Amino acid sequence: MRKLAIIGIGLIKWGELWEKSMRQIAAEAVYKCLEDAGTDRIDAMTIGNMSGGLFNGQEHLSSLIPDHMGRKNIPAMRIESACASGGMAVRTACLEVASGFSDYAIAVGVEKMTDISGNEATYALATAADQDYEAFHGVTFPGLYAMMAKAHMDRYGTTREQLSSVVIKNHYNGSLNPNAQFPFKITSDQVLKSPMVSDPLRLLDCSPITDGAAAVLITTLEEAKKLKKQPVLISGIGHASDSIALSSRKDLLKLEAVELSTNKALEMAGKSIKDIDFAEVHDCFSIAEIMILEALGVVAPGDGGKASSDGLTGLNGGFPVNPSGGLKSKGHPVGATGVAQICEAVTQLRGEAGKRQLKNIRTGLTQNMGGSAGSSVVHILEVI
Amino acid sequence: MTGIVGYGTKIPRYRIKVEEIAKVWGADAPTYKRGLNLNEKSVPAPDEDCATLSVNATLNALKRAKIDPADIGAVYVGSESHPYAVKPTGTIVSEAIGACPYVHTADLEFACKAGTEGMFIALNLVKSGAVPYALAIGADTSQGAPGDALEYSAAAGAAAFIMGTDNLIAELKDTHCYMTDTPDFWRREYKHYPEHGGRFTGAPAYFKHVTGAVDAILGKTNMKPEDFKYVIFHQPNGKFPVLVAKKLGFTEQQYLPGLLSPTLGNTYSGSSPMGFAATLDIAKPGELILLISYGSGAGSDAFIFETTKKIDEVRDLAPMLRTQLDEHKIYIEYGTYAKFRKKILLPN
Repeated sequence: MRKLAIIGIGLIKWGELWEKSMRQIAAEAVYKCLEDAGTDRIDAMTIGNMSGGLFNGQEHLSSLIPDHMGRKNIPAMRIESACASGGMAVRTACLEVASGFSDYAIAVGVEKMTDISGNEATYALATAADQDYEAFHGVTFPGLYAMMAKAHMDRYGTTREQLSSVVIKNHYNGSLNPNAQFPFKITSDQVLKSPMVSDPLRLLDCSPITDGAAAVLITTLEEAKKLKKQPVLISGIGHASDSIALSSRKDLLKLEAVELSTNKALEMAGKSIKDIDFAEVHDCFSIAEIMILEALGVVAPGDGGKASSDGLTGLNGGFPVNPSGGLKSKGHPVGATGVAQICEAVTQLRGEAGKRQLKNIRTGLTQNMGGSAGSSVVHILEVI
Repeated sequence: MTGIVGYGTKIPRYRIKVEEIAKVWGADAPTYKRGLNLNEKSVPAPDEDCATLSVNATLNALKRAKIDPADIGAVYVGSESHPYAVKPTGTIVSEAIGACPYVHTADLEFACKAGTEGMFIALNLVKSGAVPYALAIGADTSQGAPGDALEYSAAAGAAAFIMGTDNLIAELKDTHCYMTDTPDFWRREYKHYPEHGGRFTGAPAYFKHVTGAVDAILGKTNMKPEDFKYVIFHQPNGKFPVLVAKKLGFTEQQYLPGLLSPTLGNTYSGSSPMGFAATLDIAKPGELILLISYGSGAGSDAFIFETTKKIDEVRDLAPMLRTQLDEHKIYIEYGTYAKFRKKILLPN
């Protein structure tokens, strides 16, 4: 297998991008990525997108996106794994290059979610849950994660304040990120006064609906050395799935796909979690970040809440998590999220993260998951 | 000179509180109260509709104008709750006030901007000399789907303005319009309730057009926010007009007298015209007033008026808006509200 490097990243400002179409924002991210890389070579394209069909009435992005950016003859494919579509697109681009099929593969993540009503968007997102055993009975993702939060509080004594600490930390980080959808700080009081969505999760425990796109260009380490930009090595890739329905799991509080994908990625990189300096993880809800912290093996099961409120995951903590602001503050255009996590890790490893720059880092981890962790993909990135 | 010779308003007596609506839908009342700055809204009685509200508001306007209604050469009723899909409200109003038969009338619709559309046409019609007086009305018994965010604000009320060329109480100084094709709120044929684009109704719709109209009229007249004694914005809730006022550099002293939505709700076509009427109720002679409407679809009309000495003479000749808003209120429960607003399906 050929060694992989990231030579370019492209991220646009996320938010309610009503003046732009899905194809436009995808193209903008790609152009930024190519400019960053200093090359315009694309041998293949993977497109992370969860539901162009339901959000925009548009499928067949494998034709639409390359065509709009003047690359209509390249091999392109759309990758779908719910909210992990972006991470899976990066992984697929890696396979393309690692296998020797292509030398330069670009992974684009895009989702245009605000052109439909909140109810329609909730319906589209709920298609990532089990239609027969979850969605049919009326539960959507806030409800599923609320059940996990309740169980976590019940078994481990996780508190409301600990949930809030995740949100406050991510918004603080996001306030330093010019591309974030909600780049402002929030207080514990604001979290507590925000409307209840699904007990115990309040509005400010939940990641938003966002329009956004991101792109990363992957090539071999050998090719990367020919370019001007300092490449970042992709040393580990892990991917695993789990039951789609929470009810099929032995333990409601064990994110098995996250655990397995992390272990696989670490094994491939020849590292343990102790070698990882920071992580970008899938904080779709406050409780998710706490449970992911446990699934990564950073802390023992049940200790995620306390670790968060103790400051372990802050910019200056022992294990910084979501320096970008995470899904919570940066936004969550589902198909773009996994790609944007890689963009943040590369930005940090290059030392280009400005006010949110982490110090003394060499190795970062990104974790992106679909639904209630029915699928998860992990990448490990290193400074060369 | 062109301007207003008389104005009048009508607000139904019934009110429903935000808490009462939220209770029925399991919603969080403090979120609506705090988030949208809404406390209660007016509800029309079963025998009130756009036509009756228009007539009552006009009768109050006639008391102030002291003119012969037969001299009114044009009647424009702006509303999105005209009682008939086909058959004018304007004829009902014209007949009831005594303006028939030598009168031109038209029903107007432009979401919440229909009231100021009528004002724009009426002012320009009297300016042209085609008619001695023209009447413009903004009136609505607004619709909001049960359980929708709009249900907390959709209210009822009317404001009527008689335009003329002498004996003015407020002189028109200038107007400016700002309009684009922006579908933020709509109601299709045969539908009971309007639909809206959620947060899309904010930045690219209300704020863009209101700001666009204000910037344009200030630029055209070379004026600044501090040149005005009062400013009135369209009021879909209590939050948007305050936000846009602050953004444009207006102060509480300028916008609070015309801010009615926290206790009136959104009277759609009546909204900014009623805020304007409430401001005329307290304005002194020689004061400049800026009025900006907003209608989804979308557009804003901006007007600059200057009050004359005559305003002091006519003010007390008809009920003030704040008197109707704050006194003699009757609070109803959701069940009564549902019955009044015909939300309960009955046989036949």
